[in-house]
Amino acid sequence: MNKEKKIWTIIFLLAVVYIIARATFWGAGMGKGYSTQLDGDWKVASATDYAAGVATFSWSQTIGIWVAAIFTLCIFSFLYKDNPLYKIAESVSVGVTAAFWMVVGFWDVIIPNLIGKIFPAWVQSWAIPGLSPIREDVWWIWIIPLVLGILLLWRLVPVGSWIARWPLAFIIGTTAGFRLIAFLSADFLSQIRNSIKPLVVVSAANDLVVADTVKAIVIFLSVLACLVYFLFSVEHKGVVGKISKVGIWVMMITFGASFALTVMGRIALLAIRLEFLFDDWLWLIDPTNKRIGL
Amino acid sequence: MVKFLKNLDRRYIFLLMLLAVGIPILFQVQFPEKPSGIARDVFNEVEQLKEGDKVLLAFDFDPASEGELAPMATSFVRHCCEKKVKLYFLALWPVGPQMVDDTIDRVIKKDFPQLVYGVDYVNLGFKSGNEGVIKVIVTNLRGLYTTDAKGTNIDQIPMCQKVTNLQDFDLIINVSAGYPGTKEWVQYAVSPYPDDITLVAGCTGVQAPLFYPYYPEQLKGLLGAIKGAAEYEELVVAKYDKEKVKEPDPRYQEAKRRMGPQLVAHLLMVMLIIVGNVIFFMSRSQKGEIS
Repeated sequence: MNKEKKIWTIIFLLAVVYIIARATFWGAGMGKGYSTQLDGDWKVASATDYAAGVATFSWSQTIGIWVAAIFTLCIFSFLYKDNPLYKIAESVSVGVTAAFWMVVGFWDVIIPNLIGKIFPAWVQSWAIPGLSPIREDVWWIWIIPLVLGILLLWRLVPVGSWIARWPLAFIIGTTAGFRLIAFLSADFLSQIRNSIKPLVVVSAANDLVVADTVKAIVIFLSVLACLVYFLFSVEHKGVVGKISKVGIWVMMITFGASFALTVMGRIALLAIRLEFLFDDWLWLIDPTNKRIGL
Repeated sequence: MVKFLKNLDRRYIFLLMLLAVGIPILFQVQFPEKPSGIARDVFNEVEQLKEGDKVLLAFDFDPASEGELAPMATSFVRHCCEKKVKLYFLALWPVGPQMVDDTIDRVIKKDFPQLVYGVDYVNLGFKSGNEGVIKVIVTNLRGLYTTDAKGTNIDQIPMCQKVTNLQDFDLIINVSAGYPGTKEWVQYAVSPYPDDITLVAGCTGVQAPLFYPYYPEQLKGLLGAIKGAAEYEELVVAKYDKEKVKEPDPRYQEAKRRMGPQLVAHLLMVMLIIVGNVIFFMSRSQKGEIS
């Protein structure tokens, strides 16, 4: 065993001892989940509810908290280096997600949007009680997506897998057409209209609003500079070259702001995982007063 | 020193980031928030609603982005409940209904137990079809939503009886983590009916730069990332807790709490960028001297 492995083994064992001690006899405990019955449904409850006698200890909640905590640590372990624990957590995550999407696809798409349209009375009898049992007037139109769906699955058949290209072509064609209109209207025409603004902003009392005026001029010049950068039919020399350089700067600032917001999002994700570990699992902090009276 | 920093194992950076985020969480470090104009616009749009107005809340996010978006979802629902408007929840993401249920449990059932399901709020659940759903319900909501999330026929739900399409809502609030989300609500709901549909949104930091160009014409307000959520929380808490000299519940200050680690982590990032650049220029000048 090399030095690095020895250090990690010691850290791991110390962490295990600490967790066992906290979970069993040290302090108020840790990682316990509680549930309560509300309007006939079992809901997540807090330790405060448990202390007040309105919630009960929940094995499923407790196991959930421990599994989530251990998997979080397994995923974090990749930051040190690739390891089997990370691989296990990753594989389980991928498998569960795939299974979840299959179940969602069946119950939220195939049953209500296909079978429920063709055989509404039958689906109402066992799956969706609120569904009207009466068929729509043009119910037969749903046979088209059924046929297209079967053709799409034809890809799995060794003979004639080319048939799957027909529904695929239909999907691509309709999606492209569908989106083209929306992008033209919301992102092209509307954006042009939104960019055409008065450069000098005055208030209702006819006073110059300096901040808004500066903002309007900066936006106008920035849009212009960026457009010049993408003007490839003119050589970027002289005045055009200088303006296109301003365009590059504007875009760099935009990318920088975009990256900074992405960083903010990622830090928020890290913060929520650490908060989960410190609060729900280890019970080191209690920011939302979940364990009063325990 | 320069050589040591130049060859520094990146895992030390990870460790520093862990400490920068972890320590403020452990010590509950918080900083004051000053709401920006764009967050104030979101607040004002909700604030100007009248009792009984209809608000559609589209929760298009999942547990992966819950840390960033659940605080704003909580504040949106709380604000709407305080305004006594009718809440219609729906989701274009399959896990969205779970997020809706969590928010209902966290806000409505705890602090507004007098609100009745079907009369004051309803969960219309998830519908597959992404932007196709918006495209349909913008003119015909009842054609697609025949039941609510519990399977109850929409005709038997009192608050749904006068709703035929998206234009019947006084405000649409979208909490978005990606596709489908705010972009699709702008493209398929607001753009075709700019005078009839009002949309405000809250989104993840990754998406925010894409949506700022929509403000203020196509989007009346936008909460960008956890910072936007913290600003909105501050406005809601100031109006409904501090004005009433009430101690704000920590549930309504989650985003503000998460801004503490953000600030420390950002300072670390700025420091690392400066150090990285200094090392780069120093090593370049050293190379120049050698050559």
